[in-house]
Amino acid sequence: MRKPMNWTRAIALGCTTAMAALASAGASAQTMRWSAPTDIATLDPYAQVESFTTSMLHHVFDPLVRRSRKMELEPALATSWKTVAPDTWRFELRKGVKFHNGNAFTADDVVASITRLLDPGARARGNLATVVSATKVDDFTVDIKTKGPYPLLLNDLAGIYIMDKEWMEQTGSIKPGNISTGVTTAASTTAMGTGAFSVESFKPDVGTNLVVNPNWWDKPEHNLKRIEFKPIKSDATRVAALLSGELDMIAPAPLQDLARIGAAPGFKVIEEPSLRLIFLGLNHRPELKATPGQKNPMLDLKVRQAMWHAIDLDTIQKRVMRGKSRNTGTLVAPPVPGFSAENDKLLAFDPELAKKLLAEAGYPNGFKTNLNCSNDRYINDEQICVAIAAMWSRVGIQADLKTESRATYFPRMDKGEFDVYIIGWATLPPMDGFSVLSALITEPKDNFGGSNPMGYVNPQIEKLTRDAAVELDEPKRRAMLAEAMKIAKDTVAYIPLHTQPVAWAARAGVDVPQFPDEYVRLWFAQVK
Amino acid sequence: MIRVILERLGQAVLVLLAVSAVSFAMFRFVGDPVATLSRENATVQEKAELRVALGLDRPILVQYGAFLSRTLRGEWGISYRNQQPVTKLLADRLPATLELVLVATLLSLFVGIPLGVVCALRPDGVAARLIQAISLIGISTPTFVTGIVLILVFAVSLGWLPSFGRGQTVDLGWWTTGLLTASGLKALVLPAITLALYQLTLIMRLVRSELIDVLSTDYIRFAKARGLPARYIHYRLALRNALMPVITVTGLQIGSLIAFAIVTETVFQWPGMGLLFIQAVSFADIPVMAAYLLFVGLIFVVINSVVDVLYAVVDPRLRVRAG
Repeated sequence: MRKPMNWTRAIALGCTTAMAALASAGASAQTMRWSAPTDIATLDPYAQVESFTTSMLHHVFDPLVRRSRKMELEPALATSWKTVAPDTWRFELRKGVKFHNGNAFTADDVVASITRLLDPGARARGNLATVVSATKVDDFTVDIKTKGPYPLLLNDLAGIYIMDKEWMEQTGSIKPGNISTGVTTAASTTAMGTGAFSVESFKPDVGTNLVVNPNWWDKPEHNLKRIEFKPIKSDATRVAALLSGELDMIAPAPLQDLARIGAAPGFKVIEEPSLRLIFLGLNHRPELKATPGQKNPMLDLKVRQAMWHAIDLDTIQKRVMRGKSRNTGTLVAPPVPGFSAENDKLLAFDPELAKKLLAEAGYPNGFKTNLNCSNDRYINDEQICVAIAAMWSRVGIQADLKTESRATYFPRMDKGEFDVYIIGWATLPPMDGFSVLSALITEPKDNFGGSNPMGYVNPQIEKLTRDAAVELDEPKRRAMLAEAMKIAKDTVAYIPLHTQPVAWAARAGVDVPQFPDEYVRLWFAQVK
Repeated sequence: MIRVILERLGQAVLVLLAVSAVSFAMFRFVGDPVATLSRENATVQEKAELRVALGLDRPILVQYGAFLSRTLRGEWGISYRNQQPVTKLLADRLPATLELVLVATLLSLFVGIPLGVVCALRPDGVAARLIQAISLIGISTPTFVTGIVLILVFAVSLGWLPSFGRGQTVDLGWWTTGLLTASGLKALVLPAITLALYQLTLIMRLVRSELIDVLSTDYIRFAKARGLPARYIHYRLALRNALMPVITVTGLQIGSLIAFAIVTETVFQWPGMGLLFIQAVSFADIPVMAAYLLFVGLIFVVINSVVDVLYAVVDPRLRVRAG
């Protein structure tokens, strides 16, 4: 409260501050109490593919390579690596590393962990799809073999945590669990890693407590003794718990409360644009679900361009996203390989041009389409769609908007039941533009096009994607990604909208770096 | 008497069968389980094998029979999300919900009945009018609004009570209780008030109207004419009769309180069955949803039956007619 403030506001907020000060003084100074709306799904890293659970487990486990403060890949449990053949990578492992139970970390642990992940029963199998096997060369050297040359192996390995082989054998968890099939092992509720923290307790919906690992191999950049994670589903309650001093940080903080939290003395809001890009998927098949039996108007490029020109992104950015999002013209966020400033240029908002394009395509009175949206997956997803439906109606496109929960929305999307639909993509875990190409814009066959249910196919993109998949020359590979992105933009494969913000809120004494991949990395946290 | 009980049991079984049919339908028709259970890039053959392994290729009635027998044996499957047997999950969460519901019920009875009596005995008094007006707010405010307002006042502004969670709990082996620790009791206050508010106002209004009715009946007038003391008339004769419907309503409301607890538990992150159910819905965790539905159905049926039997005990006329 250094700057002068008027009396009423001071009184109104005085209680809050006093309380927060009391609470923070009461709790031990190096405990980090924080909350998110969802809980971790399981402690078994290979049983799930949720990015939130993966980010939490990173405190307990280390991968072979990890992301630095600048999001660059750096050595973790592996100290160096080289390719000994186009399809074989050799990793030198760090010596003197101990698991939380005191067992030494060796090549056997890496081989056992990767073999466990490659098991067909592992839910996270797809996170290492191109790896064929891991073999021990000596106690601190491991060879990893891929299906042909694969440039993104390190990106993939940054999300693969190494477990203790002896512990897995003792507890009978050498086979992986899977949250989709309900397979559980001892590793579902207990964890044994080499990470900066170890698990003290894990109670679903109540909280997870971590304690610092005094024997961590790396020099800690944090000053924490404990991490107490408490999931709170209700937005209002989570904000209230922060303001009442029961928490040190909430992530994410609801957009509508950012102004209020920022104005409260003793609290701050931390914001950064995230990697998650929101865009509209379009039906590229012969008929629309909304008008069966008739030709799909969206097959005409002019119609797709008209739909894009009719969306007023600035208004969505200002009104719906409260100025916190970043509008975009391409399908990847700026920090991700494959981004180019040229592709990112926005298509102008121009309803007259949209009407003209529709008329040229033979739809002077517009046409009917379905518009399906989730209402609990992306920030303000439902409001975004409501706004777009209204904007389209001004140029004659009648969108029949239906919103639903993500539990039913995504299975329906995968089955291809929509005409126009909202979808977000963060290119995680590899953090590379290749993920957009291989999942969203390529034809669904041989492991490509897993999230392209509506039939977009472009022969040039098919070729570029397959070439980029085996290109080990990085600048050349990035140029291929950018070129494919340009074709996707020119042919309006999807309509990009914006990157959504990451907003956290914390007590003033908390210093936590924020990352665009929305991971909470508390091994960089300083708490006063 | 025995016939009443037998009839009740017959009805209870029918209701439970209906509920089980709905739960079963959820398993079958809320999306294809094979689609959610198989790997992302499973082949057609793998999916067919999984379908056989899950028994989904058999006729629907046979599957329903198998579902019933599993349910009767208490095998409710494994939660997709929490990775634990559903029976264990429900057993873990039951204490939290029951303690909350119990405290809320006691609160609504011990506050609601006296307030109702005050309103009935002096219907035109200032206190009665004030209570009536305030009760309107209680009955018309949605639970989540009440909860958030209580949190803002007592947790954020005053800082007296915690805004979420159950506080410290004591594990008795088969039951975890928050009633034995200071932080557990503190954590219980706001959720219990939130949950009790609706029922409290309901009971208060019920007691008031019933008591006013009873006080205007002939036997009360005769009792007054006989010169019996007012205290005896009001509390021994009138209130006892006026409480008959209150027993029914309270009993039935315990069922709805458990169901209503979903909202309260979500607002206060109270780790009970309601929160479990809400999480299950957002993750399409069908085993948990089905088990919760069956369990709540069972509670409703048991409570209704018990209330009916209690009724027969309290009201001699029902006993005579049935016997």
